[in-house]
Amino acid sequence: MTEVFKNVTCPFCGVVCDDLQVKVENGVITEAKRGCVLGRYTFLKYDGDRATMRIDGKPATLDECIEAAVEILDESTFPLIYGLASTECDAQRKAVELADLIGSTIDTTSSVCHSPTLQAIQHMGDSTCTVGEIKNRSRLLIFWGCNPAESHPRHFSRYSVTPVGRFVPEGRKGRYVVNVDVRKTPSARAADLFIQVPPGKDYEVISTLRALVNGRPVDAAEVAGVKIEILRDLAERMKSVKFGSLFWGMGLTMSRGKHMNVMAMLQLARDLNQYTKFTASPMRGHGNVVGAATVLSYTTGYPFGINLGRGYPQYGPGEFTSVDVLARGEADAALIIAADAVGNFPAAAASHLKKIPTIAIDPKESMTTKTANIVIATAVSGIETGGTVYRMDGIPLPLTKIMDSDYPSDLDVLSRIIAGIRRRRGLTETETLHADAENHQRTSL
Amino acid sequence: MPTLRITNGRVFDPSRKLRGDISDLCIKDGKIVESLPGDAPVLDAKNLIVFPGGVDIHSHIAGPKVNIGRALRPEDHRHDPVPRTKIRRSGTGGSVPSVFATGYRYAEMGYTTVMEAAVPPIGARHAHEELNDTPMFDKGIYTLMGSNEFVLKYIREKRPDKVRDFVSWLLRATRGYAIKLVNPGGVENWKYGQDVTGLDDLVNDFDVTPRQILTTMAWVNEELGLPHTIHLHCNNLGVPGNYSLTLETMKAFEKQRVHLTHMQFHCYGGKSWAGFSTKAAEIAEYINSHPNFTLDVGQIIFGDTTTMTADGPWQYRLHGLNHRKWYNADVELESSCGVVPYVFKENNYVNAMQWAIGLELFLLVRDPWRIYLTTDHPNGGSFIFYPHIIRMLMDREYRQDCLKKVHPRVLRDTALQHLDREYTLEEICIITRSGPARALGLRHKGHLGPGADADVAIYKEDSNREAMFEGPIYVLKGGELVLKDGEIVKHVFGRTLFVDTPEPAELLGEIRDDFEKYYTVQFDNYSLPVEALRSYQPVATRAKARTS
Repeated sequence: MTEVFKNVTCPFCGVVCDDLQVKVENGVITEAKRGCVLGRYTFLKYDGDRATMRIDGKPATLDECIEAAVEILDESTFPLIYGLASTECDAQRKAVELADLIGSTIDTTSSVCHSPTLQAIQHMGDSTCTVGEIKNRSRLLIFWGCNPAESHPRHFSRYSVTPVGRFVPEGRKGRYVVNVDVRKTPSARAADLFIQVPPGKDYEVISTLRALVNGRPVDAAEVAGVKIEILRDLAERMKSVKFGSLFWGMGLTMSRGKHMNVMAMLQLARDLNQYTKFTASPMRGHGNVVGAATVLSYTTGYPFGINLGRGYPQYGPGEFTSVDVLARGEADAALIIAADAVGNFPAAAASHLKKIPTIAIDPKESMTTKTANIVIATAVSGIETGGTVYRMDGIPLPLTKIMDSDYPSDLDVLSRIIAGIRRRRGLTETETLHADAENHQRTSL
Repeated sequence: MPTLRITNGRVFDPSRKLRGDISDLCIKDGKIVESLPGDAPVLDAKNLIVFPGGVDIHSHIAGPKVNIGRALRPEDHRHDPVPRTKIRRSGTGGSVPSVFATGYRYAEMGYTTVMEAAVPPIGARHAHEELNDTPMFDKGIYTLMGSNEFVLKYIREKRPDKVRDFVSWLLRATRGYAIKLVNPGGVENWKYGQDVTGLDDLVNDFDVTPRQILTTMAWVNEELGLPHTIHLHCNNLGVPGNYSLTLETMKAFEKQRVHLTHMQFHCYGGKSWAGFSTKAAEIAEYINSHPNFTLDVGQIIFGDTTTMTADGPWQYRLHGLNHRKWYNADVELESSCGVVPYVFKENNYVNAMQWAIGLELFLLVRDPWRIYLTTDHPNGGSFIFYPHIIRMLMDREYRQDCLKKVHPRVLRDTALQHLDREYTLEEICIITRSGPARALGLRHKGHLGPGADADVAIYKEDSNREAMFEGPIYVLKGGELVLKDGEIVKHVFGRTLFVDTPEPAELLGEIRDDFEKYYTVQFDNYSLPVEALRSYQPVATRAKARTS
């Protein structure tokens, strides 16, 4: 039996391609047409390396795992909920509800990627756009400290470098592409101009560009090894283009200077808007990390690094961000969902995580599931579940449930943990007034 | 569903001419009914004032730009926590409250219906997901269309019929309630950093004018028989001297019905900030003599707030004035969005004038059925200040005291000190409930006659009208008691209202072609299925029979 699903949304990266065609033959995914190498892998190998339900390394049932998780979280005085990137928004909403119930800290994987971007935007805003504006209008693309060719493979062809746009009918020929990075990556091959900046010198180069854009005298033959003439030409090009776009990645956010690098970038785009139209967009997104920031913002008012211990949300980058909470040894229990904390965190944070009772909710084995006390294996979000995912530019897209699963969804597991804690605390079901009961009324007026 | 009889209350129902008459209200299955058996449970409202639940016709409470407002400004809400209780979820307040806090705070004023005033179509799924989690009231979204590139293209092709069919499809795709126009044409020009300044300016690349957009969309609105009129944010918002364009805009419509939103921002005289003056009287006079217009005020409130609008060029100008954070996000083929924090200051002449101009409008527009209370939340200030505004409208002396605290030249430069009008309770009921419900075509809202939704707000009479309206004794939503003595006692979610427009079979192929060329999402992933809404109620149109 063969079934073909069209317009399938890929849950892997922030590009969120929604044009995949997925073929299922005899219960196996055999094709993910139009997917990039990462997308094809996501679909074709979705069933590989599945996690198993276990408690302290011994096989357990789902019920036993939930009961044990409930006990840990209910008795914890400083729980941490971390992750949320690789799951859909309903599960993220549930995670916030759980955090609210137990007074937890809740944080996303932005802790190890774009939280400096969010902080920089909180300082000064941003001039940005949806990716369709770039496709339809942008004639100058500057990719800084990022490598979309490998991290967001279809960004170039769908949104930025090569597509034919409404007001860029020439496609690639109508665009000038610049790549700035500490080394040549495959992305440099797509660029008309590659500028190599020594590690840690991005801020200087961006600031020099700002000075040149604003017509300030720059008395130097080169800055950070980049010839001033190259930067002068680029500044002129930026000012004279009708619509230009800046992009940055973790090369700026996770190198020395962090949010200051991003602020310089945002300031450069803001300055350019005095002369022309210029946008600045972070290359966000492993999975649905943008959805996590969206859900956290509308439920708590803050995008990451939130503590609900006082019965209301408090925001504290550095104070309530996961790495810090763990590295200082504050958290006394952790629920890691849809992310690999141990594999990505600095040693001090990861080693504390190994000391405290930890629950991992994940479809796949990871460094985190290897050390967690309780592992709850779940359905693969976006393949074995539906839901919503947010693209790197904040556009929401629907996910398609392609495969049935023997595993519970992240949403199911979180709902059951919430119900268990409520029962333990003697909160009656009538007080579960924010239950997600559907109540469709089809009466027409 | 339980029944309930509310007895002994002084009922206000302007559409039935009840002005505080002692009357029973019978509630069954979430609706007001004629009568109930004698043994139905009773809620005694002796000495209390019974109003229909409040209806907010224009507020920014959900969706992409609102959520940017939250994430962008932790400093705005960290001082205003909303703790969880056994019943309530936690959240934060400030000028842009989180979803749960938004629901509670509206309920705490007796509001039971709130319309989100500007959603870019591609962000409709986002807005509806937030509204799914916004408790305590019924809601809907207005879909932004004033610079939609399909609309512009079909107007250029002189095919209003295609515009009509496209709008029908777009409202359906976004589960929208009304057509929202923001700085029509100007937002398209903003995509290249420009704007329009007059009704006959050309829109880049499409060679159409704001005037053509306005008249075509008003025609489309009537052709589709939508329950609400077009909801119009005029060109040149906030600019000194913009009143003449506002008048010209109104004159562009013949007898077509139009809702003009946050009119306070469109009544300015003078050629520059230095010559800033009020033209509220001129605008009010035109509205008084032209019954096809309704308006909401967009009253400003002194203090720190977060401005947010699809009017990208205006937000850039505002940023140029105050140099605070500037967030801009242009939306492919559809719209734009700007977010800028702003402090309205009593001692700033222009801000104080804006404050006075809003009040002048309230006092000079004679027919309360055509003017509605809004702050354009959060642009002029938070909705939580509605009770304060009500007090200024009902209490001349209090209003004069407030006037004394603002920039002294306002006394001389506006008519405010000479306006003696005091709103009655009935008029307040009209501008906060009955009028907006009528303008929205919500026949089951804004009144307490049989068939109405049992959305009821019960207040204790108090000569301090601010205290009275900021603390209802009881609020009922759909017949259920949700608030008692100022405390939320039941958590309900309310329903999403959207218009049930037909799917234009003929145009679909053509829309799909352009869509696949220029959008970055698939046509088939764009429309929002009703299953994505937690609870909903379609509202029928009065569409004319099509000959095609």
